[in-house]
Amino acid sequence: MPIPKIQTIESKTVVIPIENIDTDQIIPARFLKTTSMEGLGEGLFCDWRYNADGSPKPDFVLNQPQAKGAEILVAGDNFGCGSSREHAPWALKQYGFKAVISSSFADIFRGNSLKNGLLPVIVPADIHAELLRWPGIQIKIDLASQTVTLPGGRTIEFPIDPFAKHCLLEGVDELGYIQQQEAAIAAYEAKRV
Amino acid sequence: MSTNGRPRTTAEKIWDNHVVAERPGAPSLIYIDLHLCHEVTTPQAFSTLRARGLKVRRPDLTVATMDHSTPTTSRELPLLMDPAGSAQLQQLEDNCKEFGIRLYNLKSDKQGIVHVVGPELGMTQPGMTIVCGDSHTATHGAFGALAFGIGTSQVGHVLATQCLLQVPSKPYEIRVDGALRNGVTAKDIILAVIAKIGIGGGTECVFEYTGSAIRALSMEERMTICNMSIEGGARAGLVAPDDTTYQYMAGREFAPKGAGWDAALARWKQLPTDEGAVYAKQLILNADQLEPMITFGTNPGMGIPVSGKIPTPESMVDLQARADLEKALKYMDLQPGRPMAGHPINVVFVGSCTNSRISDLRAAAAIMKGRKVSPTVRMLVVPGSMQVRQQAVAEGLDKIFRDSGAEFREAGCSMCLAMNGDQLEPGEYSVSTSNRNFEGRQGKGGRTFLASPLTAAASAVTGVVTDARSL
Ligand code: SF4
Repeated sequence: MPIPKIQTIESKTVVIPIENIDTDQIIPARFLKTTSMEGLGEGLFCDWRYNADGSPKPDFVLNQPQAKGAEILVAGDNFGCGSSREHAPWALKQYGFKAVISSSFADIFRGNSLKNGLLPVIVPADIHAELLRWPGIQIKIDLASQTVTLPGGRTIEFPIDPFAKHCLLEGVDELGYIQQQEAAIAAYEAKRV
Repeated sequence: MSTNGRPRTTAEKIWDNHVVAERPGAPSLIYIDLHLCHEVTTPQAFSTLRARGLKVRRPDLTVATMDHSTPTTSRELPLLMDPAGSAQLQQLEDNCKEFGIRLYNLKSDKQGIVHVVGPELGMTQPGMTIVCGDSHTATHGAFGALAFGIGTSQVGHVLATQCLLQVPSKPYEIRVDGALRNGVTAKDIILAVIAKIGIGGGTECVFEYTGSAIRALSMEERMTICNMSIEGGARAGLVAPDDTTYQYMAGREFAPKGAGWDAALARWKQLPTDEGAVYAKQLILNADQLEPMITFGTNPGMGIPVSGKIPTPESMVDLQARADLEKALKYMDLQPGRPMAGHPINVVFVGSCTNSRISDLRAAAAIMKGRKVSPTVRMLVVPGSMQVRQQAVAEGLDKIFRDSGAEFREAGCSMCLAMNGDQLEPGEYSVSTSNRNFEGRQGKGGRTFLASPLTAAASAVTGVVTDARSL
């Protein structure tokens, strides 16, 4: 299956300055009854985005004009904690985000994101604090050099698992990669008790 | 595997036993012994297999059950009220048939929450690698297995290849010494642990629960603790196997028998952590000092003793933590500084993969016996599996619950995540034995206090948050 490649992402930021945003907030459980991957973008942050009658909440950032078209979300520490639902990165992707920046991510969410071409970018606490303070700034994320470039030209390096980076840059399909190791799998099974 | 005689933890031993291949610059390829499936996180994975013309490699190591969007009132499909849920359940039925996977469906007397079913049927065994598209897979770690939640892409990888690309986790020892006081339970231990380390405290780690207080726990209690490892941010949590483990397993449907049992036992006895093995992190708690715990906020780390007071934002030094607490108290509509005990509630939920096994139902029933659910409270008792349900009925627990005014349901996740129609109304407060109190987790606008079955049942009787020891 062709996996889209990622090189650079250039966009203004949208900021949700809340710590520990869990996957139940990103996509509430009632949207998990789908058997496809479609239509999840509408459910993204649903209970923060909409009133009970379905009208948008004007004070939520995604409903404000300056958020239109932004591809980079900056959020508080420990983003994506909670359940293993891959619907969370699917919803963020479908909404239009290509990267999330935080000071840390929950493990399963980070893994799920990397498998779906949503880049989880971990920056040091001081940079994180600045990004939280200045919503809407234009930044550039370059995967090959693992850098975030701020408006003044200052660059910050971010860590990423080298294999995940390779997969994202080259569009490597992980399942295909595992299947190439059939001989090793068969050998393991032969000696498995 | 060569280990150069280095002392290893249980998790490291299981890891070493399951490495299929290692290539430079890539994560290790790990073999999976047991893959558990349910209706919510598998449909897209089966679609991937179908699109690529792939088979399930080891249907014999794959098992499915229905739990998340499963009704706990009726067992008939389609669910007239819920076409989307019906479609999802039907799709699992179809996928299991097409790919040859054993399924415990709504008609099966073995259906139930995936993390309750695996252990009670003896599928969960020491030394195994176990995965499921569900973050509470850590529950199975109670048997000395390396068990962790995966996303739907990885569900597809395991279905097709029985393998996963993984990097090793850091071992984190959580040692609980001493003895629990009367009325303090396994749930209180894990809520106290998470309150201490925070919900991100175990990121990239596997917890190993050790110490005399853990050794003294039953398997069901160990499952309650391992279950909530993810709430501490860990990938997995486990307890090294011992005689308690082996006694629980002996004779269960899928446990090895005869000579196979003896051989398995010999292997399992190699699993406990070696003397001198090194942990990356450590937390030590004294069981004697623990109290019944309850959460007041919107993540499982926001917990205090039931007898405690709601923290005040002004007392927090960290500004972000203060903002989070303010936000949580606003959502929960709670006054800082006020005691938790005595706060009015609307709903009590006894259930979920954390606390829905027979011992949990017995604990709740012991409180309800001869008492009534407060007229201002709705109480739901949802067994974790149909086997648990049958056992509860055989012991007359269903009658105790019904006589008290509680509802006694069929098995499923139910109000733990409110996908099946069982949910809180906006603004309602619940005391729940489940594992997550995130905003809206139990229904949009609902407010959840997490606690043990004892605290939940006692609160159902009085209609306010109550320490069961005060009844
Ligand atoms: S009971 Fe709750 S936590 Fe457990 S598997 Fe079901 S939804 Fe997940």
